[in-house]
Amino acid sequence: MKLVLRDITKRFGTLVANDAISLTVEPGEIHALLGENGAGKSTLMNVLYGLYQADAGEIELDGVVQHFSGPGDAIAAGIGMVHQHFMLIPVFTVAENVMLGNESTGFAGTLDVDEARQRVQKISDQFGFHVNPDALVEDLPVGVQQRVEIIKALSRDAQVLVLDEPTAVLTPQETDELMQIMRELKESGKAIVFITHKLREVREVADKITVIRLGKVVGEADPKASNAELASLMVGRPVELTVHKDPMKPGPDTLDVERLRVIDAAGRVHVDDVSFTIRAGEILAVAGVQGNGQTELTEALLGLQDRVEGSIRLHGEELVGRSVRHILDAGVGFIPEDRQTEGLVGAFTIAENLMLNRSHGEPFVRHGTLQLERLEGFAKEKLEEYDVRAPGITTLAGQLSGGNQQKVVVARELSRDVSLLVAAQPTRGVDVGSIEFIHKQIVAGRDAGMAVLVVSTELDEVVSLADRIMVLYRGRVVGIVPADTPRDVLGLMMTGERPEGAIA
Amino acid sequence: MSSAVGTEQHPPTEPDEAPDRNRWRETFREIASGGVTVGFLAVLLAIVVGSVLIAATDEQVRATAGYIGARPGDFFQATWDAVWGAYTALFRGSVYNTNAVSFDQGIRPLTETAKFAAPLIVAGLGVGLAFRAGMFNIGGRGQMLMAGAAAGWVGYQFDLPAVLHLSLALVAAMIAGALWAGIAGLLKARTGAHEVIVTIMLNYVAFYLVFFALSKQSLLQAPNSFNPKSLPVKDSAQLPELLGDQYNLHLGFVIALVAVAFAWWLLERSSLGFRIRAVGLNPEAARAAGINVGRVYVLVMLIAGALVGLAGANQVLGTVTSGITVDLDAGIGFDAITVALLGRSRPLGILAAGILFGAFKAGGFAMQASQDIPVDIVLVVQSLIVLFLAAPPLIRTIFRLPAKEAK
Repeated sequence: MKLVLRDITKRFGTLVANDAISLTVEPGEIHALLGENGAGKSTLMNVLYGLYQADAGEIELDGVVQHFSGPGDAIAAGIGMVHQHFMLIPVFTVAENVMLGNESTGFAGTLDVDEARQRVQKISDQFGFHVNPDALVEDLPVGVQQRVEIIKALSRDAQVLVLDEPTAVLTPQETDELMQIMRELKESGKAIVFITHKLREVREVADKITVIRLGKVVGEADPKASNAELASLMVGRPVELTVHKDPMKPGPDTLDVERLRVIDAAGRVHVDDVSFTIRAGEILAVAGVQGNGQTELTEALLGLQDRVEGSIRLHGEELVGRSVRHILDAGVGFIPEDRQTEGLVGAFTIAENLMLNRSHGEPFVRHGTLQLERLEGFAKEKLEEYDVRAPGITTLAGQLSGGNQQKVVVARELSRDVSLLVAAQPTRGVDVGSIEFIHKQIVAGRDAGMAVLVVSTELDEVVSLADRIMVLYRGRVVGIVPADTPRDVLGLMMTGERPEGAIA
Repeated sequence: MSSAVGTEQHPPTEPDEAPDRNRWRETFREIASGGVTVGFLAVLLAIVVGSVLIAATDEQVRATAGYIGARPGDFFQATWDAVWGAYTALFRGSVYNTNAVSFDQGIRPLTETAKFAAPLIVAGLGVGLAFRAGMFNIGGRGQMLMAGAAAGWVGYQFDLPAVLHLSLALVAAMIAGALWAGIAGLLKARTGAHEVIVTIMLNYVAFYLVFFALSKQSLLQAPNSFNPKSLPVKDSAQLPELLGDQYNLHLGFVIALVAVAFAWWLLERSSLGFRIRAVGLNPEAARAAGINVGRVYVLVMLIAGALVGLAGANQVLGTVTSGITVDLDAGIGFDAITVALLGRSRPLGILAAGILFGAFKAGGFAMQASQDIPVDIVLVVQSLIVLFLAAPPLIRTIFRLPAKEAK
């Protein structure tokens, strides 16, 4: 089925989210919609899916103009959507989720689960999904849950499939599997719209690329275009994708972790016998597939984990058993992996967030009273210095885009007297322009003599920032290797293999 | 395999999308911090619905409704009379009595409003402060009872110079209230026990504890008495009247105003208040920023309890000085929740809401006396205010307010 969007315009008040956007997607084609967060990609797709009504423009399927007043119409017309946030009921089985909203019923309204089960099985076999129709959704890994969403769309005979940031939640392996699935769907003649801001994926799988910026189509690109070309199209200015850094000038050992074990309340060991050292002026990047103990490791360093064995010494001072506040005051900066829940108070202003971990004394508190004027001056300065795009310092942090939120967190941590920076997924969900900026700041911190621990599931980020790389697998160190270790070796290590020559 | 998988898989969300795991907290925050407009319209709407009830319960209206087809004018006249009469009586009873012979007499209702408002304001501050830390303090009643008992006991037991005696009684009330509320804070901080359940249960414990003490001669019961009541509070421990014997207004109102100023400073200007707000809005982020969340829970409940305790003292040392009884809280412990909600948990909002509810109380009696309208109507209006506050989307729909800003 051929999809044509013609001059779609959608306004929210004075904000033009989509400004005369046109797009043609042929059957058997993967069409990537590339743009930064807030560029208007999701709005466009919500118009297509009938969730929003366009103020102008039309949607055409196989030459017939469509009028969708809701998702029901869109589904009936053959459009399937896999949302970034899955619309699944965790306690239902796969088959039950697939039939939901489209139940086939037998006598007296009894549900025909068998029929749904067979449908799931058939689609699963056809495309090699390997999904068990009777599994409970909550027991499935994220990647498989996503396949359930795809099955849901296919079971309603979707000919145009929209995938909204489908790789944001996936591990590298799951991403590869999804790419494979997308290729097979394409082979079977589906038209696929692939929304993303990750350049590499686009180049790997897309047949055509449309780049959107600030609600407008700014160009079509060839999948053979370089990352730098795509990025500058997306951001609107030349972007440096590689991090320029000088050779490190390591100082004395700053952080010394020995035989660290982190155990959760249920007695499971998440970090097992981990030892490493970071010198001043050095970046140690932790690589690994998500869920291999990285979260627990960073939380243990900050004193956020309850059961920690072994030792963590900062400049020789033992930190295990100390309070979070003590550790922060001892000179540890922390960029948490989830800025929305741990990094920021969304309902606080930017200024308030900038003093979040300094509410106990100078410079922002004197005799138990907030020093608001001082905070104001500080916040204005940091807004400028860290290029936070916001109307002012009293803007609520929750209203900022992901990239700007993260800049606020980075500004807060780097403007303290920090000798160790723990950065967990510092650029997850952050736009390309901000990634560049944040990377520069981290490298600048290292050059100023900080010891830096960066955790990332993106191998690109690990490789570009690291002075040394530590690979974690199931809570254990597979190896600590030089930054120039080939990617395929790192990839192998991330699956727990210990290649020849890798230093343990 | 890994327990952390669940939290790690949260995709990067758009800023306006709240994680669903804290649904309750979000809802609760919306109720507690809804806009000024919503609050005002909720009051307005409640008054309108109140009018319908007043009309429906009025004899004259019902009589004329019988022949509404024949003479609709009668019906509308009767309805107007009933509603107008009721609300003007409410005004005369709470602000200025237009029927009074002198200004001194005319202004008396306003002083009554202030008198009724004082305990609502301080107790409302106690509830609102806990709200701001994300805690639902339902224990106003228990805290008031314990505080009132402590204040009353100090008030009749000792013989001290006036200023000293009153101060001691007030301090005793604050300590008793603080400790009683502190139990809930401590249990939440240490064990995660939900403060709603703990404070509700502590209400019962306090009630029967005070009741027991009031029926024992060796404890609080007045000598040679069979009633569950203590000795009256001595003059030296009473809150002095502000405007002479002619009016009932006592120092409690001034204490309430001071408490409002204190609470404002605490929340908006102090570092502890900063931490309280951070914990209330996002405990995870507060913890990661080195704030001891458990300690904040305990501290905020101690302060909240002390404020509610002042409401207990206000009753025993000012409004009803004839001795401690088990109904000394007079429903204020629960009304305080409404006041805090209507005041959006902000000190100045609570001041305004407390005065409004004080006016309802003062005026309700006048309404019943002069218009023969059951005082319950006022309670219905109060309850409707909360109901409408709890449903901001309902208010938005009725008044066609724009929904929260779209992306």
